[in-house]
Amino acid sequence: MAAPLEEPGGQGPGGLPPLPGIDAPARRPPRSGARREWQDARVLEVRRETARASTYRLGLPRWEPHVPGQHYVVRLVAPDGYRAERSYSVASPPSDEGVIELTVERLADGEVSAYLHDGIAPGDELTVRGPFGGWFVWRGDTPAVLVGGGSGVVPLMAMHRHWRATGRRAPLRMAVAARSPEELLYRSEYGDETLLAFSRAVPEGSPRPRGRLTAADLEPLLLPGATHYVCGSTPFAGHAEELLLGLGVPADAIRVERFGGG
Amino acid sequence: MAKLFEGRSRAGRDPRLPPGQYDVGGGWPVLTAEPTPRVERDAWTFRVDGLVDAARTWSWADVQRLAATTWRGDIHCVTTWSKLDTAFTGVDLDVLLDEVGVSPSATHVVAWSSTGYTTNLPLAEVRGGKAFLVWEHEGQPLPREHGGPVRMLVPHLYFWKSTKWVSGLRLLDHDEPGFWETRGYHELGDPWREQRYDGD
Repeated sequence: MAAPLEEPGGQGPGGLPPLPGIDAPARRPPRSGARREWQDARVLEVRRETARASTYRLGLPRWEPHVPGQHYVVRLVAPDGYRAERSYSVASPPSDEGVIELTVERLADGEVSAYLHDGIAPGDELTVRGPFGGWFVWRGDTPAVLVGGGSGVVPLMAMHRHWRATGRRAPLRMAVAARSPEELLYRSEYGDETLLAFSRAVPEGSPRPRGRLTAADLEPLLLPGATHYVCGSTPFAGHAEELLLGLGVPADAIRVERFGGG
Repeated sequence: MAKLFEGRSRAGRDPRLPPGQYDVGGGWPVLTAEPTPRVERDAWTFRVDGLVDAARTWSWADVQRLAATTWRGDIHCVTTWSKLDTAFTGVDLDVLLDEVGVSPSATHVVAWSSTGYTTNLPLAEVRGGKAFLVWEHEGQPLPREHGGPVRMLVPHLYFWKSTKWVSGLRLLDHDEPGFWETRGYHELGDPWREQRYDGD
């Protein structure tokens, strides 16, 4: 039954203009194997990254390749049944088969992050579920500009590592902001493609003065046709997206993942 | 052997918190998938179309003339934070749906935002005082990063159903999964049943 429409000549709902869609072809839900079950992962290695961040390398009984940018959920259960769950981005590339690496920053009042830092060692088990997320992802075959602040660099590092592991098929540029060199994650992995911006303390001899990310920092990184991935705290992400928009990057070419209070 | 996880003290765990959620207290995290759009009040419009007697578009001034309502309660995000006892002011969605006259064949709605974000809801989940269009939070204009000037509020479902910068609602006789629902998230999103991901 066609509903009366205000426009003359309307054809009923089937004839309405299409709903706006960021990614219109994906309007059907994923049906095949979309359900992810909880599984007990084995902690293979715990790697200290900075004073406040560690990487947990987990072996999964049922592993499937994630898309760089996706996350897993970690579940902790207390003896009385109390549960806490948190999402953590995968830092490792999908070529690292059978395992995932999660980098977790210890938060001042963190319930889960504090437990992981104090209570988890190689040989332990952790209950996880994933991978999840189908928007903040990069498959490696289109130009990408990555802008990360603090631990927001974690999902971007999965993309960076994927880019290297697959022979740099598409152009990639990266900007990483950290307070100081001591707080920079994955410091040995950046090359010419990456701009490092330290806001409070710079390494000796650094050509860039300390200070927050600027348009002048990002301008040389822009790539034609790129998707821009911004990840960090709410203030950082807001600042970075304003810089990109100010440089003429279209809003629909920017994907944002934020965390923290606002 | 891993150290025992004890978690935070929960003798006083608030019964208003659904399973798996934590209380974010006075904070209000901002979660978005796109750059925050700048929507001016005077340029904002809200359209209801699809299976209705007469589709209609409201302006900011139009919705301000409707009977305002303040809802106070708890909101829950699928990323596990909840914000308890918080107030929004706006208009009951029933008021707008009654104005356009919902067709008996309508079973679902799709809400969309000015950014192109969409989310789907069974019609029954937005009828009967369960969903709102809101423009104030705790008596202040809704901040832009939280969807201002006007967002949807469907507080009994995970908050991705509460479309920010909302600009329309379409009534359909079938379900049409939206942005997150096509990306692995649950069709309905009831926090009390922990319907986070597809298949939960």
